[in-house]
Amino acid sequence: MMTKAKLAMPVNLLEKSTAEPMKRPALDSKVTIEQLNFFYGPVQVLFDISLTMPSRRVTAFIGPSGCGKSTLLRTLNRMNDIIPHARLQGRVKIDGTDIYQTGMDVVRLRQRVGMIFQKSNPFPRSIFENVAYGLRINQLVRSRRELDERVEQALQQAALWDEVKDRLKESAFGLSGGQQQRLCIARALAIRPDVILMDEPASALDPIATQKIEELIVRLKEEYTVVIVTHNMQQAARVSDHTAFFWMGRLIEFDPTEKMFTKPAHQMTEDYITGRFG
Amino acid sequence: MIDPLRYRKVVNGVMTGATFICALAVLAILFAILGYIVAQGIAALNIDFLTKLPKPVGESGGGIAHAIVGSMLLIGIAILLGLPSGILAGLYLAEFGKNKLGRFIEFVTDILAGTPSIIVGIFAYTLIVLPMKRFSAFAGGAALALIMIPIITRTTQEIIQLVPQTLREGALALGAPQWRVTLGVVLRSAAGGVATGVMLAIARVAGETAPLLFTALGSHHWSTALDRPVASLTVTIYDYAKAPYDDWHAQAWAGALVLVMMIGMTNLAVRLFTHSRYSGTHP
Repeated sequence: MMTKAKLAMPVNLLEKSTAEPMKRPALDSKVTIEQLNFFYGPVQVLFDISLTMPSRRVTAFIGPSGCGKSTLLRTLNRMNDIIPHARLQGRVKIDGTDIYQTGMDVVRLRQRVGMIFQKSNPFPRSIFENVAYGLRINQLVRSRRELDERVEQALQQAALWDEVKDRLKESAFGLSGGQQQRLCIARALAIRPDVILMDEPASALDPIATQKIEELIVRLKEEYTVVIVTHNMQQAARVSDHTAFFWMGRLIEFDPTEKMFTKPAHQMTEDYITGRFG
Repeated sequence: MIDPLRYRKVVNGVMTGATFICALAVLAILFAILGYIVAQGIAALNIDFLTKLPKPVGESGGGIAHAIVGSMLLIGIAILLGLPSGILAGLYLAEFGKNKLGRFIEFVTDILAGTPSIIVGIFAYTLIVLPMKRFSAFAGGAALALIMIPIITRTTQEIIQLVPQTLREGALALGAPQWRVTLGVVLRSAAGGVATGVMLAIARVAGETAPLLFTALGSHHWSTALDRPVASLTVTIYDYAKAPYDDWHAQAWAGALVLVMMIGMTNLAVRLFTHSRYSGTHP
């Protein structure tokens, strides 16, 4: 746990995590995407995507704007359901269960698959109530004491507790951008999901706040399966174990991050990560 | 040849001055009206005026306590009837009404908002007063509610449409069911703006006379019964102002002053009340 914080620092890509994956138990697949096609009305935005993401690892989605990486991320907690005329073919399985099967409870699913958005979106409530929100609406705690504990724990996990412990009753809007984003992470962690989706979680933050979020992501994989969409290739290199490169709605390459950034299998991937296009 | 920098500064100064003068003119009119009401009304305004009933014609003194209470009763009924339906209708239009039905409701709401209040009065007269065979506070309150509803509906809708989509997604992503997202997050974020809409609606109906003339009718007695005619400040001002007695004219002015102060205080109270810790600095 402590050693990983170091990895989150901007490091030479070649040095990164050479032995690290070996220390961990064998990978079991957490999220499996099978032959997924996705449409907004008549426009197809994802083409025949198949991808398996391992448990308790960070998987990064990279690619130029409009390549469909955010759309794919949002299929994993069925966030696209709220978009009119969105249509999906294929299967998305989490722990072997197809989340698009009839009778799937979307509310339950979203309790298991948490999400962090590009722009922090705290609710118009106090800091405490923001974190308590998911616990309350899902009736996950039985007593006030348990609620207090879970809120503190989530804020600890999100590395925000020390900064806010004396102002829990204050409005969440009084926090800085980076703090607000960590609050949103705490809010998602409080209900103890299995999978955490992050849609460019640091793109609106300054380098220091970004670094804190990245350190957090690396620590989160101890307990959670993390999927992160990022525009920032160095960020993908720093935090992720596996990287998927998308282009025009197609999955071009999916490999261990180390391989992707040193010996990419496709010319297109190499061109993108070296900045020749995108 | 004019120096361009100088020219720009002069134009800037002239335009700033012009906007300032326009703002001043508007404020001057407002203060002239308020000042005139205060000057004319203050003479007849005293504790008796606020706490006593009217004296018979010819006797001096007396007050309009019954009309103050009556106005509050009428506005209370209007809020009770109009506030929930107005807010929920606005919520529907903003969150679920992106279809033919929604557009139709918007259209009807706009027509209702533009309906002259006297016609709303006739409507309430036909629908409530005639079947009940009596003028009543309820009929007056219902007429006022009809005026409130479109104002509240449209302002609620507009404010709720300003709530960022990411906030809804954030709540949905935590496993919140749609109704909790709508009530606990969206409506809550919009609370300040919705309250402003409600305020506007209250201020608007508090000054209405026409719809009350043949619904609540007016009265010279105490009444808080919903099925009896009830006095209101506006109708009382109207009756007193057209009466041939000087002391009634003075009391009409004092009544106008009370009405303006009541509306002003409601405004202030709601403003203080809704400027909560959480809605103040929302992006």
